[in-house]
Amino acid sequence: MLHRLRLAAQSSTMTPAATGAEEIVVHGVAAVCDPLGGLYLPATGMLVVSDLHLEKGAAFARRGMMLPPYDTIATLNILAAVIARYDPKVVVSLGDNFHDRRGSEYLPANLRTMIADMARGRDWIWINGNHDPDGTIDLPGTCTDELIYGDLVFRHEPSLAAGPNGVKGEVAGHLHPSATVRRREKSVRRPCFASDGHRLLMPAFGVLAGGLDLNHKAMHGIFDRETLVAHLLGRDRIYSVRYGNLLG
Amino acid sequence: MDLVENPTPGSDAVALPRPFLKWFAEKGWSPRAHQLELLARAQAGENMLLIAPTGAGKTLAGFMPSLTDLVMRGKIPPGSAFTGIHTLYISPLKALTVDIERNLMKPVTEMGLAVTVENRTGDTPQSKRQRQKLNPPDILLTTPEQVSLLLANKEAERFFKDLKYVVLDELHSLVTSKRGHLLSLALGRLRRHAPTMQTIGLSATVADPMDLQRWLVPQGENPAPPAGLVHVTGGAAPDITILDTENRIPWGGHVSAYAIPDVYREIRRHATTLIFVNTRFQAEFLFQALWTINDDNLPIALHHGSLDAGQRRKVEAAMSENKLRAVVATSTLDMGIDWGDIDLVLHIGAPKGASRLAQRIGRANHRMDEPSKAILVPGNRFEVMECQAALDANYLGAQDTPPVGEGALDVLAQHVLGMACAEPFNPLELYDEIISASPYAGLSWEMFERIVDFVATGGYALRAYERYAKIRKTEEGRWRVSNPQVAQQYRLNLGTIVEATELSVRLVKRNAKGAVGRGGMTLGKVEEQFLEQLVPGDTFLFAGKVLRFETIRENECLVSNTYSTDPMIPTYAGAKFPLTTYLADQVRAMLADPERWKVLPDQVRDWLAIQKERSILPRRDELLIETFPRGKRFFMIAYCFEGRLAHQTLGMLLTRRLERAGARPLGFVATDYSLAVYGLSDMGAMIADGSLSLSDLFDEDMLGDDLETWLAESYLLKRTFRNCAVISGLIERRHPGKEKTGRQVTVSTDLIYDVLRSHEPDHVLLEATRRDAATGLLDIGRLGDMLARIKGHITHRALDRVSPLAVPIMLEIGRETVPGEAQDVVLAEAADELISEAMG
Repeated sequence: MLHRLRLAAQSSTMTPAATGAEEIVVHGVAAVCDPLGGLYLPATGMLVVSDLHLEKGAAFARRGMMLPPYDTIATLNILAAVIARYDPKVVVSLGDNFHDRRGSEYLPANLRTMIADMARGRDWIWINGNHDPDGTIDLPGTCTDELIYGDLVFRHEPSLAAGPNGVKGEVAGHLHPSATVRRREKSVRRPCFASDGHRLLMPAFGVLAGGLDLNHKAMHGIFDRETLVAHLLGRDRIYSVRYGNLLG
Repeated sequence: MDLVENPTPGSDAVALPRPFLKWFAEKGWSPRAHQLELLARAQAGENMLLIAPTGAGKTLAGFMPSLTDLVMRGKIPPGSAFTGIHTLYISPLKALTVDIERNLMKPVTEMGLAVTVENRTGDTPQSKRQRQKLNPPDILLTTPEQVSLLLANKEAERFFKDLKYVVLDELHSLVTSKRGHLLSLALGRLRRHAPTMQTIGLSATVADPMDLQRWLVPQGENPAPPAGLVHVTGGAAPDITILDTENRIPWGGHVSAYAIPDVYREIRRHATTLIFVNTRFQAEFLFQALWTINDDNLPIALHHGSLDAGQRRKVEAAMSENKLRAVVATSTLDMGIDWGDIDLVLHIGAPKGASRLAQRIGRANHRMDEPSKAILVPGNRFEVMECQAALDANYLGAQDTPPVGEGALDVLAQHVLGMACAEPFNPLELYDEIISASPYAGLSWEMFERIVDFVATGGYALRAYERYAKIRKTEEGRWRVSNPQVAQQYRLNLGTIVEATELSVRLVKRNAKGAVGRGGMTLGKVEEQFLEQLVPGDTFLFAGKVLRFETIRENECLVSNTYSTDPMIPTYAGAKFPLTTYLADQVRAMLADPERWKVLPDQVRDWLAIQKERSILPRRDELLIETFPRGKRFFMIAYCFEGRLAHQTLGMLLTRRLERAGARPLGFVATDYSLAVYGLSDMGAMIADGSLSLSDLFDEDMLGDDLETWLAESYLLKRTFRNCAVISGLIERRHPGKEKTGRQVTVSTDLIYDVLRSHEPDHVLLEATRRDAATGLLDIGRLGDMLARIKGHITHRALDRVSPLAVPIMLEIGRETVPGEAQDVVLAEAADELISEAMG
């Protein structure tokens, strides 16, 4: 997981070129999985990120556990880098944007400015998550529970039912998918985009967010495992491995 | 623990009060010389340390100053002002406090003394604890954690103001751990409440008594004179042998399954046998194995730390009533519990330390002047040598107890919060009190301030949490807790033992469709962190079987049987204690000297003889490196004998260096005796053609940059960090029954560690972690000593096949990942396969 933090530290020197990204199709919509953890839809100029869990350290501090207060800035640095890379028209943050309800209210001013700078000149949509169901306070952008764009519905928690108006494709977060690849008795676990071609689960973007294995029972029934592919976040590229082939 | 022993004729009993004289006379006993000496010197105001072998009447000696003082005080008339406790007895074990209460009440009742004795542990009901605060007994028997808990209370001063004596049992085992650090801080605070209080330490033989003599008295700027020493020597030499077996002693493993029939035979031959093992896993395994062949239905019981308290008490009671023929026990019973009439101690697996062995053997035949009888049961061939070395050491009376270390910073943070919970503290006063504790005597004011800052807001350079501070400075400059929840949090998180979360392992069947069923027997418990690295289909060795990992369901790990005999992932079923430096040296000496093999069993001797033919046996000061091919891989074995922890650290650092040298290492395995690194390049050939230099490879400079870089990703360091984070109160302890209710409420300490390392590498908790690691899980100190020792003494043997000495380690398989770029190589390989699949 440390590599995400390295990315955060190096973000100012990161090349804007999206090298090592992987082009995929979700329910007929072309998309690019970026190794920084964002999903870019070229046709609409939309960048999707999920589960930022901003101010997670502060959320714990409020309950007496003084976790390091550096997670938000690290996450925002990576976000700034991926925005610089694609210069999207729209940024969609797919829920659990803040780790708790008070997160955006108590956000330090310098971090608030950072978000405002990133949002300048583009639309910003905060999808509400289970951690932050009330939306954000005093930040640019619009808060909503769900977003429909073409043939895709964007929501925080994956829903096994079809979307409104019969929309079938879905892009969701919430579960923090990660996958374990095993080769030559070595295993490597990384966050991943997970998609069976119709539904896509976003990797958690926040540096303190953690991951849940694709084998976990919470993932059951969400994907057609025959066509499921895990797009793992590598250091500077995406590694796409079919679900059945993860263990070699 | 017998309170009174056989009489010592002619000893002078004049200093004793009348009830004592009468009681001794009735029994036909008289007090021993060392008991009287201790009493006289304590009465004269000295703090005291009593070092005596088991069965010397140590405990009665420890309580005599209290009892005589209490007799002279007499009963407190009803209606008197509140009287706090008179004597605090502190032992590392709950079981010991229960046992002492039973044994102390006997003479107290027989002498008709008006003395109240009670114990207080984590098992004591809330109502009794409450009552104890209102109406304290004269003598309170308790554990270090309970003392800290009592001290963090607002009533602490009242409770402890009349304290005269603190009796510290099994002091040698307490002082070297974080519990000892916590206790030393508590002593500092007790002295504040009761400035005239005296300490009496009771200890088994240790390497350096002066360490303990200083520990017992205030240090700091004006240290008090060290505690007086009464040293009782002698006792009959124990009768120890290594198990005589017809069966084949295995090459690897630790469970000693081969010896079960022999162990059973010895149980039948003796009245009561105490069987010591090194790990809980070994205890479970042995217990089950014994019962499967227990045709005579002998009462054999099990005793270890994770058993339910009631069950343990039952076993202890049955044991002291001589109702059992054998008990299988872990280190929970290392110390002085009265075990009835044990006539044999069996030690399964290697003892790992000469002093520990002496302690455990002392459990048998609790009479100082009769020899205790013990049999060592080595788990494998290296352990045979280790047992022999320990055996020689015990005869020689060698001691390898570790020195009292520097006080841990996470423990200090916990204590500081506790002191704020008790009452608002003045930092200058608290600092003086803390440096009066010997482990913290060298603590700088600056470090103390950093710890206070850490307790308040996490101690971050970015002052983000002022508004959430747990303790705040008042206008008078005192620190107080911000709200009552902080005190509650402190109480829940108190203690220095962080248990790894364990899941039970349940054996299930796979049906024809490959789905796993429910039910099936539980094999034991495994650390959650070990399971986290497994993927379904992995095989590992557990409970003596090769098992296939299926899945984790709720709090259980489901496994199925497999026909594979080659587990992919080894579990650390071996000893938790690493081999001590002293024993390691003895094993090396034995290896080098064929004269000393004569005492070893034939099969072990043959093993060494063949090794000598095929390769060499290293001299005592020499490091032997063997290289050979096997399968598609090349192996390099280093026979360092420095214990598993130091070897693991060395393994991590060597694979880094080998990677840079182009040897393409894939992984390594570490045991207590040797280290095996395996890779894709022929390391033997590289050494031969000069492209790989062993003296460079093993140069001390690996402890510089390589170590620093590796620490960034080390699983072991992350585990050390987790313990520090819990003990220091950064994150909450997980309590049984109050486990995580969902992903969102837990937080990965690994991620916190990464964030902290990248943003505030000088943070005090990382400092605490590094200090712990240097002596603890990474054993860097020991590795450094070894690298210095072997300089210029490395011998390489290039072999064409595996050597006899290498077999034990070859039976284990690596589990640590190769650091660095190799991770992405694994990913790339997986992705490339997909491409060739698609294109092919």
